[in-house]
Amino acid sequence: MEEFEPIIVAFCCHYCAYGAADLAGSMRLNYPTNIRVIRLPCSGKVTPVFILRAFEKGADGVYVAGCMEGDCHFIHGNLVSKPRVLYVKKLLQEVGLEPERVDFFNMSAAMGPRFAEVAREFTERIKQLGPSPLNKKYRKKSDQAA
Amino acid sequence: MVVGERKPFEEIMKMLEGHKKVMVLGCGGCVTVCLTGGQDAVRVLSSQIRMARDKDGNPIEIIEKTVERQCDPEYVDQVQEIVPDVDAVLSMACGAGVQFMAERYTKTPLYPALNTTFVGGSVKEGYYVERCQTCGECKLAYTGGICPIARCSKSLLNGPCGGSTKGKCEIDPNVDCGWQLILDRLRDLDQMDRYEQILEIADWRTSRDGGPRKMIREDFQR
Repeated sequence: MEEFEPIIVAFCCHYCAYGAADLAGSMRLNYPTNIRVIRLPCSGKVTPVFILRAFEKGADGVYVAGCMEGDCHFIHGNLVSKPRVLYVKKLLQEVGLEPERVDFFNMSAAMGPRFAEVAREFTERIKQLGPSPLNKKYRKKSDQAA
Repeated sequence: MVVGERKPFEEIMKMLEGHKKVMVLGCGGCVTVCLTGGQDAVRVLSSQIRMARDKDGNPIEIIEKTVERQCDPEYVDQVQEIVPDVDAVLSMACGAGVQFMAERYTKTPLYPALNTTFVGGSVKEGYYVERCQTCGECKLAYTGGICPIARCSKSLLNGPCGGSTKGKCEIDPNVDCGWQLILDRLRDLDQMDRYEQILEIADWRTSRDGGPRKMIREDFQR
């Protein structure tokens, strides 16, 4: 059986994680291609609906990356976002998905290596968890096997 | 506002068992303000239901809709085209909204997604507290604007009980003694004479004890 390649959506703040992703690229750092970056004006733009929709459409993992605490371009966007992401863990648990499939990370635009590290670690975590039951590609296979 | 809390997810899923197409109907009134039954809550709950059902190989079609209020016939009428097309409606309004929907649409099962909890207000975003028990006989003029019915755990009318300790209620050290609040406020207002006035035994017929209540404005009746 081919190795499970998860689909991971990363909601990245324009002022930090998105810049960090850029820097990781300039530094020619490798990180898994499983990450789909979605740029947002601030991590505070994320609401539970964003994350749930991603899972509904088959994402295996979702993370939100915002600025370091105290460094938000909009003063407290990242502080608003973090508890929301933690709340989504609860919502996922109700549905029957593992809460570890979603997380929040803080980083600055100067942290290119950290961006790559988070991408690697998170991909590894999702690989360990296996495909989301809502990932149609892998579900079809498991249905056939059954 | 009327504050509601979302029911446990499992309970909601149980209600929807056997239904293939439902409408999740939000309310733009009080429950939007307390973040449990508005448009956003409708999206979140619908998404959760779809995922849970999809996961079990039993997909469900959901129509997401939010009306201005579910406790007014003209807004309830706005979904009349949708209701006949769905197996059931999951209402995210308070108990009043759910019942207005149920009364209007008699052929479709109506389920509540919220537990209506109390009449209160928001101390801050996402933090709601009870302030009124709709007893139907407001006593706030005598008690410094603090309600002895809603704020005193025993709804006492003439001063605190022996369970008041250091300003807190005996039921929970985090709950303020309603009567301590009233006394402090009356003292600040220099209205301690009002504390001396004995409030008579409450006529609970104006509250729920008199059965379902009505309020009618004669000049609006045609």
